[in-house]
Amino acid sequence: MAEYDFDTEGVKKTITFLNRKAPYGTIYALEVLESVLISAAFEQHANIVFVDDGVFQIKKGHDTADLEMKNFLPTYGIIEMEKEDADEDEDMDMNWRIIVEKESMEARGLTPDDFKVEVEVLSSAELADVLATSDAVIGG
Amino acid sequence: MLHTVNKSPFERNSLESCLRLAKKGSAILLLEDGVYAAMGGTTVSDKVASAAKDNSVYVLGPDMKARGLAEGQLIDGIKVVDYAGFVDLVADNDGVTPWL
Repeated sequence: MAEYDFDTEGVKKTITFLNRKAPYGTIYALEVLESVLISAAFEQHANIVFVDDGVFQIKKGHDTADLEMKNFLPTYGIIEMEKEDADEDEDMDMNWRIIVEKESMEARGLTPDDFKVEVEVLSSAELADVLATSDAVIGG
Repeated sequence: MLHTVNKSPFERNSLESCLRLAKKGSAILLLEDGVYAAMGGTTVSDKVASAAKDNSVYVLGPDMKARGLAEGQLIDGIKVVDYAGFVDLVADNDGVTPWL
C-alpha cells in the first residue's frame, strides 16, 4: 500500500459540508459523506449542513435493500456518535455541528423528529453566517 | 466569500438557494448553465437585478459567448469576467461556496 505523508500538524480548519441533493438519485450525497469522514480522520472542525433536498438525506427509515445500494443513514448515526465523543473529550479539539436549514425543512413538511440524528435548526440568515465564516465549503 | 452558480435557474434551485444564503456584500459568479440567470427579460431577472444591488454579480464571458448571450442582453450591474478574472475572484475572496 502506498504511504502518504500529510503535514497537518497544527492545521485546524472549519469545513462546511453543504448537502443540497436528495440521497440515492445521484452520487452527490455519498461523495459529500466520504469527504466528511476524511475530515474526521484529520480532526478538523466541521459543519455538516442540510439544505434544499439535502434534508431528505437524514430522514428516518431509509431501506435501500431493493435498490442494492448502500444505505448511508447508519453512517450518519456513527457521525453523530463521533460528534458526541468529540464534544465530551476535553483533549479532542474537534467541533462538529449538524445543521438543517429551517426553511428547507418546513418546505418539505419535515420536523426535527423526522431526522435520524439530532440537528440544530437554523434560519437562512443564521446559516448565511455559518457559510461566511467557514474556512472552506464543500458543495454537493 | 465567492459563491458560484453553475446551473440554469430554470432547471434547478441553485441560484435561488445561493441568493437566500449568501450574506450581503458577497461576490457571486454565474458560470456554465448558470449564465442564463444573467439575462434580462426572464422570470428571474428581477431577483438577480436586486441581488446585484447588494452583491457583486459576475458572469463568465466564455460560457456566455458559447451560449450566444451578448453583453447587451445582460442585467444592469452584472460584470463580465474572463478566466483570469475568475482566478482573481477566487484569490481575492475568502473561500468559495459552490451551488451545484
